[in-house]
Amino acid sequence: MRPPSPSIPEKEFLLSALKQGLRLDSREFFDIRPVTLTFGPELGWVECSLGKTRVLTQVEAKMVRPPPDRPFEGFITIHSEISPMASSEYELGRPSEEEVTITQMLDKVIRRSDVVDKESLCILSGQRVWHLRLNVHCLSDAGNLLDCACLAGIVALKHFRRPDVEVIGEEVIVHEPTSRAPIPLSLHHNPYCFTFAFYSDTSINPVLDPNLLEQRLNGGLISIALNAQRELCVVQKSGGVPLEPADILKIVNVAVQKAKDMDAFVEARLQEDWEGRKIEVR
Amino acid sequence: MSIVLPGERAPAQHVNLKLGPGLLQAPNGSSSTNRTAPSIFATRAGTLNHSANGSKWWVESNARRYVPAAQESVVGVVVQKQGEGFRVDIGSAHSANLDGLAFEGATKRNKPNLKVGSLVYARVSSAHKDMEPELECFDAQTRKAEGFGELKGGFLVRCSLRLCRQLLDPKHFLLPLLGSLFPLEIAVGLNGRIWINSQDAKRIIAIAQVIEAADPDAQGMGESDIRTLLEDLNRKWMFE
Repeated sequence: MRPPSPSIPEKEFLLSALKQGLRLDSREFFDIRPVTLTFGPELGWVECSLGKTRVLTQVEAKMVRPPPDRPFEGFITIHSEISPMASSEYELGRPSEEEVTITQMLDKVIRRSDVVDKESLCILSGQRVWHLRLNVHCLSDAGNLLDCACLAGIVALKHFRRPDVEVIGEEVIVHEPTSRAPIPLSLHHNPYCFTFAFYSDTSINPVLDPNLLEQRLNGGLISIALNAQRELCVVQKSGGVPLEPADILKIVNVAVQKAKDMDAFVEARLQEDWEGRKIEVR
Repeated sequence: MSIVLPGERAPAQHVNLKLGPGLLQAPNGSSSTNRTAPSIFATRAGTLNHSANGSKWWVESNARRYVPAAQESVVGVVVQKQGEGFRVDIGSAHSANLDGLAFEGATKRNKPNLKVGSLVYARVSSAHKDMEPELECFDAQTRKAEGFGELKGGFLVRCSLRLCRQLLDPKHFLLPLLGSLFPLEIAVGLNGRIWINSQDAKRIIAIAQVIEAADPDAQGMGESDIRTLLEDLNRKWMFE
């Protein structure tokens, strides 16, 4: 059930406040909400929250027979369905426009930009490869579900460890995690997605990480996925008010800086979590 | 004051027992066994409270979804113009009906012209669980506006139901504290929506942040924390 569009006072107040350079939660225009990453007991289980927006992701690995046209590569599939738990405007079975955007972007950012080294997922070519399954559950939508989902997906892939396998001739032995330590996935790069909202009134600057009201009243959204090495993976702007090239360059520069900060933060959190899991036997 | 879960028995017993929100009397099954104490059980999770002499009992709970009840003031958003009246969304399962004549001084020739998307402060005149709720924009006894009607300008903040009830309590600290700093207008709807208005955008944003911080759902800040928050905002934006 779609909730009604924002009331006239909310709309007028938001636009007039943005014109004066004020955001409702007193953030700066290019500030992200505080990010918290919670790691579960299993490896590859991550809950990411951007302010009140929360997404839970989980990575699983299965050994399967590869398709005949690509016998040397494993593959990764992403499953994301937004349930009404995230917000009353999503319905099960009927993908809304936003849900389709999120599914497509997750696909572009994580799968098609070759985050995971697929050849490293091969165990025995033509017979056994790893099939990675990334489940994305959107728990709560307080605006900008896309950035949260992409971040949670990347962190889950970095956190996950697959079982160690040994191939002797034609025989494949999978070692238990208790006997041989599981191995991290081989990732080419870590893209992070940043969404900016801009408005029909062109005197209002674009806003990074819009919250729910800012997102509902937008005149267009532009999402940029890039990694800390300044490589752009995806730039998506579907419809909306036209933007000047100078504005887009400014946005990209902001995103570059944010990607570096996010990368440092994610690495620090992963390191912290890994320290807690190490057991030293003296 | 104990915590009850839905389905638990409540030890409510009095000659003139009055049950408030969250409590139901179980229908007596067989008429032959005449039990002197009909069983009372809770339908919501929360703290069980009672008045001093034990005649009034209720469950103090918190939620975000509003269930309409008669004589409650709510803030609604006009969704559609329908015939003689309007359909208004108040956050409940069904949209409510607001008749065009349910305003002070309205006649067939002189009806208010509310646009789709405007905010109204209204009173729920009737709410049954199988019917759509009905709203009126005047006080029940005096038939005058008394603050009901269209709300122009300002901003809408959403919060939990318990905070709305707390704000309407004259002994609560938040509104007098805000009022001592700068003038403001506020309309508290019991459906979890609060309309606020003040002199400029910074003050309105400050009020919105203070309300969200004091919400028991979110951080549930006490009086001293809210004072510190207001001092920080004051330093940043220079209200006085």
